[in-house]
Amino acid sequence: MARIVVDPITRIEGHLRIEANLDGGIISDAWSSGTMFRGIELVLQGRDPREAWIWAQRICGVCTMVHAIASVRAVENALQIEVPANARTVRHLIAGAQMIHDHVVHFYHLHALDWVDVASALKADPAKTAQLAQSISNSEKSSASYFRGVQQRIKGVVDSGQLSLFASGYWGHPAYLLPPEANLMAVAHYLEALSWQSDFIRIHAILGGKNPHPQSFLVGGMSTAMDPNEPAAVINPETIGQMREMIRGARRFVEDYYLPDVLAIASFYKDWFSLGEGLGNFLCYGDYPAGDHDDPATFLFPRGIVMGRDMSRVWPVDPSQVTESVARAWYEDSAGHPNGLPPAMGETKPKYSGPKAPFDHLDVDAKYSWVKAPRYDGKPMEVGPLARMIVGYAAGRKEIRDAVDGALKALNAPPAFLFSTLGRVASRAIEASIMVNQLEGWVNQLDDNLAHGKTAIFNPVRWDPGTWPDSASGYGLHEAPRGSLGHWVEIKNKAIKNYQAVVPTTWNAGPRDAQGLRGAYEAALLKTPVADAARPLEILRTVHSFDPCMACAVHVIDAQGRKFTIPRVS
Amino acid sequence: MLPPQTDLNNALKARGVTRRQLVKFCSAMLATLALPDRYLNRAVAAVSQAKKPVLVWLQFQDCTGCSESMLRSSHPGVAEIVLDLLSWEYHELVMAGSGDAASKILERIVKEEKGKYIVIVEGAIPMADDGMFCTIGGRTAIDIAREVCAGAAATIAVGACAFDGGLVRSGPNPTGALGVQEAVPGLKVVNMAGCPHNPANTVALLVHYLTFHDIPDLDQYNRPLFAYGRVIHDMCERRAHYDAGRFVTEWGDDGHRKGWCLYKMGCKGPEATFNCPVVQWNDHTSWPVRAGHGCIACASPRFWDHMSPFYQQLPSVPGFGVEVSAGELGLGLVGATLAGVTAHGLIGIMKSPPKPPPPGAGGPVAEAPSSGREN
Repeated sequence: MARIVVDPITRIEGHLRIEANLDGGIISDAWSSGTMFRGIELVLQGRDPREAWIWAQRICGVCTMVHAIASVRAVENALQIEVPANARTVRHLIAGAQMIHDHVVHFYHLHALDWVDVASALKADPAKTAQLAQSISNSEKSSASYFRGVQQRIKGVVDSGQLSLFASGYWGHPAYLLPPEANLMAVAHYLEALSWQSDFIRIHAILGGKNPHPQSFLVGGMSTAMDPNEPAAVINPETIGQMREMIRGARRFVEDYYLPDVLAIASFYKDWFSLGEGLGNFLCYGDYPAGDHDDPATFLFPRGIVMGRDMSRVWPVDPSQVTESVARAWYEDSAGHPNGLPPAMGETKPKYSGPKAPFDHLDVDAKYSWVKAPRYDGKPMEVGPLARMIVGYAAGRKEIRDAVDGALKALNAPPAFLFSTLGRVASRAIEASIMVNQLEGWVNQLDDNLAHGKTAIFNPVRWDPGTWPDSASGYGLHEAPRGSLGHWVEIKNKAIKNYQAVVPTTWNAGPRDAQGLRGAYEAALLKTPVADAARPLEILRTVHSFDPCMACAVHVIDAQGRKFTIPRVS
Repeated sequence: MLPPQTDLNNALKARGVTRRQLVKFCSAMLATLALPDRYLNRAVAAVSQAKKPVLVWLQFQDCTGCSESMLRSSHPGVAEIVLDLLSWEYHELVMAGSGDAASKILERIVKEEKGKYIVIVEGAIPMADDGMFCTIGGRTAIDIAREVCAGAAATIAVGACAFDGGLVRSGPNPTGALGVQEAVPGLKVVNMAGCPHNPANTVALLVHYLTFHDIPDLDQYNRPLFAYGRVIHDMCERRAHYDAGRFVTEWGDDGHRKGWCLYKMGCKGPEATFNCPVVQWNDHTSWPVRAGHGCIACASPRFWDHMSPFYQQLPSVPGFGVEVSAGELGLGLVGATLAGVTAHGLIGIMKSPPKPPPPGAGGPVAEAPSSGREN
């Protein structure tokens, strides 16, 4: 039995280390370790809750803005502020655009090189590549001369001997199965996606001044003033037109490149629809209400839980069942605190107890990560696009059923194939194809309201801290690109007394708990074949299928076993 | 020395770049750098050298927002930077190989490209507890930074965290985080402050370096003057409203819809230096003040502690309607802000004053680094 260490895991956000035992070429056990800690929630204590979102947003710059939206929702919940419909719509637009952008960048720039051999693209016949591209989509750029140009460009880089980002790749690895033409097509689309993403996300610049870290959220609304006759208003007929154009481009990209590429590449790797299946428990808080209130019954992505891959039943989310364990994470255990500590009593005492650097191996029998281990009813759960598609499918949500069935039909695969490494990859693309059809409706709502003089974008009733109660607490939930996100805030004497975030990658990347139950990455890596221990491409495939975001995952402020609550809306 | 024209064209052709594309992006870079067109041929020649300079991008206590910001570069696009401008061999966010394959690349560069490679650092460096708050490949961030930066031809810190510790260092600084120039004393660091850095400026800096083998003039915080030499308030598209006394007084009010001045909503533009209003963000699409929100002075030293509360109106803007120069925006004004914060208004009492840095966490905010160039 051999121990493999992969550190750094690259093409993710942040700092992740995987250690795995290899037994006869198969992974027999695995440990996931987050190796960076900042302590942002500690920094928030004592500050003005109205600006908490500016700070919390910096939890992550890849899933930028998701912590801003969760933060303003938490403070608005605490101070009982109703947000105008326009502000809700603008937030949906920003978040929906983020989801599409994030998923595309994940697939092409963080994940594709696990499936695509760049070196093999040099052997492709551009004419046959054009045939392949034209057979799977209506993309505008699909001529032989276009692919020949891309091939020349890559050849120039290779011939120079300076391979740039591609210098460290596992080219020629036996686990790469795409024909040269598919590789060339994918490399071309890697470059197209690089250029498209920077163009599309200008929608965040319009609505937030910049990306990453857009700067237009407010507790009580948005700073994006609306006026049909004022060119200086952020939302006016001209910017509405610009956003429509960007959204049309996004639909073209998702429909002509992203979804067809995912399905085409997946069809060469069918084995990976039965590898990496993981925990089989899926949690989704749900988000994107259709109406003016956060009624889960109207969510685009419904709230619910699917246990043990049993899609015949969707369980309600019972918030009192969520706990976080630090039994195997580098924090002090608060001895004597039983389960059920309220958030206000949460505490954080980071205490590194791993080996001194430089080290070769972690002591995986003891504490081994900065990530904590969230549990639902004592069980580990997976969150993210796959969880959203599974829960939505099981709940019978039509948009989700139609999109998932369409993709499965194209792959000639049963729904059970979703519980896998490629199931996660496909879910992300399916979800983007659902979301890209929502954006235009939201822009239309803004346009209608502009035309009817309904321009309210901010509710001023609680802006003055003099109107606040002495103490208040609240929560804000969001379905971020990587899964279910929650922020909790406690306000006392007009300042933040306590702040905490329970974040998607914490669920997925967490270590074992006190019972020794594995986290989602750890479970998904079991039984994975590794052809070459020195080039552990297969480990990357499964870990990347979760789209890790470690800066988000490592956060602090609660003791082992603390429970939090999601008040029932209905 | 300029290569003969034919060599240049061949080199470009081999890389699949047209000369026209290259000239276009060099022109844009010269404009950002405020350099005259006569340097164009020199810039074009420099960025089309047969052997491209190697770039290492290190990520420490970061949110990856500065890497993401770099991916939003528009002229040139990031594909052109990665494939044509530099050999971008180590960058954990986007590089192909992981684990040993990644570490070996870094080892090779440090050994074989010694004194020739450029290193960009993103994120703060934790100094407390022997640096164990951030390890990569079993090594601490500070260990990696000391080795990799020491062998580099130039070290560029991007974003607030690498500049001066940023948010990670803000009170109570749980991990003893520092920016690069304080964590690794003795380095000559160019600081591309901002949260995140603006890729238009960072790419311009890279082109300047490749063209002149030198770094542009810096201010007392080692920030290039071309990007950090002017006050936002002086360049702001809402400045005329300020001068005329037209202010937004409530979010969404008539003045807000008309694009009036955000000074009374807490805008820190009068105390911030950054070329944000000029180069803007995301292919010159917009910037925060145009999006209706005040500036948070994200390129200023220790801005998280010293420019917050962000919705607190500045106590006074020096000389209502009178120009203030960037050079005056040093310790004096930061101190004035702090005094104003504690003396003014309800919110002043809501926030405890910035906590002192832990022992060994470096000096106060306005202390110019010893390696800095004076202006």
